[in-house]
Amino acid sequence: MPANIERTPRLDRWIRVEENGTIIVSTGKVEIGQGIKTALAMIAAEELDVSVQRIRVQTADTEITPNEFVTAGSMSIEDSGSAVRVASATARQILLELAAEKLDADVSSLTVEDGFVTSTESNEQTDYWSLHSGNLFEVDINEVPSLKDPHTYHTVGTKTTRTDLVAKVRGDVAFVQDLRLPHMWHGRLIKPPTANSTLVECPDVIDLPGVEIVRDGSFVGVVAQREELAVTAAQRLAARVKWQSEPLTPAMLGIPAYLRTHVSKSLPVVNGMPLDEPVAEHVRPIDAVQTLDASYYRPFQMHASIGPSVACAQFVNGKLTVHSHSQGVELLKRALADVLDLSLDRVRVIHAEGAGCYGHNGADDVGLDAALLAIAIQPRPVMVKWTRADEHGFEPYTPAAVIDMQASLDGDGRIIDWCHDTFSFSHNGRPRPSPGHTNLQTAWWRGKPITPVPRQPAMMAEVGIHRNLEPIYTLPHKRLVKHFVAHSPLRTSSLRSLGAFANVFAIESFMDELAHAADTNPLEFRLAHLEDDRAREVLDLLHRRAPVLSPDDNAGRGIAMARYKNRQTYCAVMVDVHVDYDGQVRLDHAVISADAGLVIDPDGLVNQLEGGFIQAASWALKEQVTWDHEGVTSRDWESYPILTFSEVPTIETYLVDRRVDKAMGAGEASTGPTPAAIANAIFAAVGVRVRELPFTPERVKHAAG
Amino acid sequence: MRIVLSYPNFQFILYSYIVVTSAFNKAPSYIQALMTVTLTINNLTRELDLDPGTRLIFVLRDEFALNGAKLGCGLEQCGACVVLVDGQPTYSCTKPIGELAGKHIETVEGLVDDDGHLHAIQDAFLELNAAQCGYCTAGLIMRVKALLSDNPKPSRAEICAALDGHLCRCGAHPRIIDAVASAAAKLRVRER
Repeated sequence: MPANIERTPRLDRWIRVEENGTIIVSTGKVEIGQGIKTALAMIAAEELDVSVQRIRVQTADTEITPNEFVTAGSMSIEDSGSAVRVASATARQILLELAAEKLDADVSSLTVEDGFVTSTESNEQTDYWSLHSGNLFEVDINEVPSLKDPHTYHTVGTKTTRTDLVAKVRGDVAFVQDLRLPHMWHGRLIKPPTANSTLVECPDVIDLPGVEIVRDGSFVGVVAQREELAVTAAQRLAARVKWQSEPLTPAMLGIPAYLRTHVSKSLPVVNGMPLDEPVAEHVRPIDAVQTLDASYYRPFQMHASIGPSVACAQFVNGKLTVHSHSQGVELLKRALADVLDLSLDRVRVIHAEGAGCYGHNGADDVGLDAALLAIAIQPRPVMVKWTRADEHGFEPYTPAAVIDMQASLDGDGRIIDWCHDTFSFSHNGRPRPSPGHTNLQTAWWRGKPITPVPRQPAMMAEVGIHRNLEPIYTLPHKRLVKHFVAHSPLRTSSLRSLGAFANVFAIESFMDELAHAADTNPLEFRLAHLEDDRAREVLDLLHRRAPVLSPDDNAGRGIAMARYKNRQTYCAVMVDVHVDYDGQVRLDHAVISADAGLVIDPDGLVNQLEGGFIQAASWALKEQVTWDHEGVTSRDWESYPILTFSEVPTIETYLVDRRVDKAMGAGEASTGPTPAAIANAIFAAVGVRVRELPFTPERVKHAAG
Repeated sequence: MRIVLSYPNFQFILYSYIVVTSAFNKAPSYIQALMTVTLTINNLTRELDLDPGTRLIFVLRDEFALNGAKLGCGLEQCGACVVLVDGQPTYSCTKPIGELAGKHIETVEGLVDDDGHLHAIQDAFLELNAAQCGYCTAGLIMRVKALLSDNPKPSRAEICAALDGHLCRCGAHPRIIDAVASAAAKLRVRER
């Protein structure tokens, strides 16, 4: 039984049939551009035998939908998908039993097509929506119903049009920004230079009548009846407020050294689990013929969503409602209740879509900002938007990481010893409940501040810094260590694939280095250390689909692969690059192969794999957060550039068809292999090892010496 | 005026409520230099009494309740807000409406015909699922409309060059590029 059904067994919390022929599927997950509404609609349509167009997916609302926690970790298909499948099959069973009674036929003689139920004995017909009465689904799902044989699927596994896209191409209401509540005001914030700044001077009034300044300690906002007025007011006020700030420490250039020297806790990792034990002394094997060492670096990088974070809040009769694009509405609800000292039944968080980015950006923080402004102007609703500079400067970044690799080869060119040390900060910055603390940043700045949640190393399997620290290869001796550094100069949290990006970058770059040291082809070298048949098949598929490589001197090809979290989608990536004499790396072509088990929405899966590749390629080639003693300096798209249309390669993606295997999360599968494939291609092209991200022309030239 | 939130909670709620209620009684006299501006948006002409410095995006979104133009950066860097002004792609996030009198402004909503049929570009984006979150989509569609009216058969490089004023964070680029080529083909067939 899916865990989320056990937690919310009532069928009508998941499925409702409307009289007009619409079927409403409720999920506690949210749409973040990954296409979950479409995939869940396909799963429900399949089990219910209706067309996808009949399904309307209701995403997370703390007062309506089942609590399915955070939309994160590529778990929505596995968690919500399996729950929706069981709920839909249960609903079908109930409806068919009722239809059998009504048509005076045996259930086994009934056929269903798009919700119309026909008795093959009498040819008489009925349909789901006339069968359904108000309390039909007021039952608990106690056992797993009989589920469709995947070989008979006609909706799952086919291409469909994204259910949310029509509104987006038409300009209909689709995003939280499009909400226009009656008498809604607009709010903007005056953000401090850094998170540790204190407000020392702030005007009481602003020369724009009708604009209100809301101040609480070092939190400053403005509210106005018109949006452009709030924008102008915030700009004028920002020029007049004075702050006192402590410099951000350590300084940007010192991060790699700081990470190695300021470890709070070192934890050995065994089978993907960090152990609270001493790290064993490392002894190099005596039969080592060659030992290689290499260090890799990932800087702080950002979610960099195209739309700055936004929330719409209203406080009426002591009850707060927040419309938010948070990936965890239940966590946000709890955090808002804690910070504002409201009981849980007085806070409701309703998900509405925002701009995508795949991770914990400013969405939750602006929820509190909007709540504070809404309380100040209650009962009016207020739409609060961060600016581009707010988002770039104050979203919680993905942490910088240093990865030290060492491996020894025997005389046959086989790996006999493998050491992997990752030094990094926390990835765990979502607003999780913690007595006396909060991760909602604005609460740190209020007149009566609440301090941040103390950072602790995440101890579950395959999370945070140690996600994919465990290599996929079968190696005789491994020493894997996670080094957790508690104090970070910048706030950090969860960005697509967490530590897997840096770990797989290091592992798969290092495998390429070892292959060359062993004088073996990188593909053969991997296969020689790989026992997992599904991983081998994905690599083989990649190899078979490889196009002819450009014969140019400065062209090269690199490959890399990983299984996300060592338990979800397998993904291999091949990249062909050109490296100019000035160090500029151009991506020419990419091939992706993947095994995600049963494929629900193949076009959606391809979109996720290719999108993950492009986001990761952007991190690999262009992105790093920069700061000086006055604060973060990468505050717009010129100082924090991302990959453009002209820089995106052509991409081909191939999927292994596994109809009878479990569907596995795939949204983060391609991010890890991508930077390694690019680095390996750069080496193949010009013989230069780049181990520090991003691979800017300066870095490539510097690495070339 | 300043609202200071004080503690415990009920006190500041009460206090701020009183302060702000008084603010609601004020006339909306914030406008610095009121001017009547005549704007034509998607063939609809309307007169508005607004500060001519007001940026077009706020007029589109807040006066006309049009959702197509999205606020992304306010810096002409990301393209989410792009609309057409007399056929030219224009960043609505910085464009003062005082400069737009007599000009024709077109947004993605204006591409849907009177019978509710989508434009070929919208169709192509839908058919190829050329988006993930879709926040950049409407701005892209308007840029593509201008591109295809200048260049009915753009190469991949020409498509990319035209779209380089737009950012997409989800990585839907390959299918967006394909959708532009598909829309171009559809339009060429329709015009034949």
